[in-house]
Amino acid sequence: MSKKLRVLIAKPGLDGHDRGAKVIARALRDAGMEVIYTGLRQTPEMIASAALQEDVDAVGLSILSGAHMTLVPRVIDLLTNNGQENVQVFVGGIIPEDDIKPLKKLGVRAVFGPGTPTHDVVDLLWKTID
Amino acid sequence: MSHSQSIADRVIQGDRLALARLITHIENHIEDTRQVLDMLYPRSGEAHIIGVTGPSGTGKSTLVNVLTIELLKSKSSEDSRIGIIAVDPTSPFTGGALLGDRVRMQRHSQDSRVFIRSMASRGAAGGIARAAHDVVIAMDAAGYNPIIIETVGAGQSEVAIASLAHTTMVIEAPGLGDDVQAAKAGLLEIADILVVNKSDKPAAETTTASLRRMLKFTEEIQEQESGVQCKVPLINTSAINHAGVDQLVEAITAHQAYLRSSDMRKKSNLQRLRNQLDTMLRDALFAQWQSGFDQKAYDAIILQVMRREVSPYQAVEMLLRQAH
Repeated sequence: MSKKLRVLIAKPGLDGHDRGAKVIARALRDAGMEVIYTGLRQTPEMIASAALQEDVDAVGLSILSGAHMTLVPRVIDLLTNNGQENVQVFVGGIIPEDDIKPLKKLGVRAVFGPGTPTHDVVDLLWKTID
Repeated sequence: MSHSQSIADRVIQGDRLALARLITHIENHIEDTRQVLDMLYPRSGEAHIIGVTGPSGTGKSTLVNVLTIELLKSKSSEDSRIGIIAVDPTSPFTGGALLGDRVRMQRHSQDSRVFIRSMASRGAAGGIARAAHDVVIAMDAAGYNPIIIETVGAGQSEVAIASLAHTTMVIEAPGLGDDVQAAKAGLLEIADILVVNKSDKPAAETTTASLRRMLKFTEEIQEQESGVQCKVPLINTSAINHAGVDQLVEAITAHQAYLRSSDMRKKSNLQRLRNQLDTMLRDALFAQWQSGFDQKAYDAIILQVMRREVSPYQAVEMLLRQAH
């Protein structure tokens, strides 16, 4: 059997809106990936720990609260400390234009705003992970 | 030291990333994984394997969550560790899967005593992934005990878990069926422990009563036939309220003790191994046969079957003869 892409979709922080995360999870599922969804209100530590046990290829973070500049670097640091520096991190939600560059500098592969066609996310994952 | 040996050593020493990667390799049938498993196998065999099955939506994940809390509480030693394998279905159309059991188990995600792995069923029909046997060996060798396996939401005949687990729990919920459902063959028959979860719901009493009648009837038949009585405990829980979980742990411990005191554990292990070897042998024989066979001849015979010139039985005979 060929390799299956495994992707963790997580919602760090305190906002309680997971519609977007669920839509992405569903779209990736329909693209033939194995999607692990962990639910609301995750700490970066919980996310990194789940990413390790699940040995995922990518982590998608959905953040609408504005806390992305705090949460995202923390997740990336923890992944690196755990030996998972190769895991691709992508971010979705409400991210101001000015923050996209700094996030990418930190190692975020892509940032997806509202209205992104789901196949853009799928394409990115197929392209960057092999 | 070989590469395989170093992976095996890291898994045995409790390296969680090494275990996680090994599980991925097992799932993907990566070469060399077999050598690692060969090395781990002698270190396995300690873990008590608990199967959790039942229809979807009965609260299996939530119950596994509270069960894990309770088991950790009851364990005295500091280094006790629990492995959880949570299986969800793979789409037969896209091959994708949405694995959502972790949502109910969030509180353990950071606990270094708990290792949770979500697995997609990847086409296996019995309710657990085909690779689950090997994942159990890996977790077992890494020192996880017990290992809890949660199956996909089971209908009536997803009973493969019974040939993998030492203790099989079947989780029902109120309102899912009447006495006739309770009398049907399949899922309910494999229960070592029967659980009615969501017992805070109004219909719980009716469901419990009809399952209790079913169990009583089974016991009477067994006693008439063999003289032995094998009592399956029926336990009411309400996982979200953490109610009845202590009784559930007691029932698991009692079943474990029963297996140990009788030669049942040995017998059930023997049966498990036999099932596993049969499957592996079947796969290996098929692969062997396939490697020595001409695809064109195969296609030609299929066409003959399609034209109704030979029956499928005759086709199989022809195929077997030609391979020699």
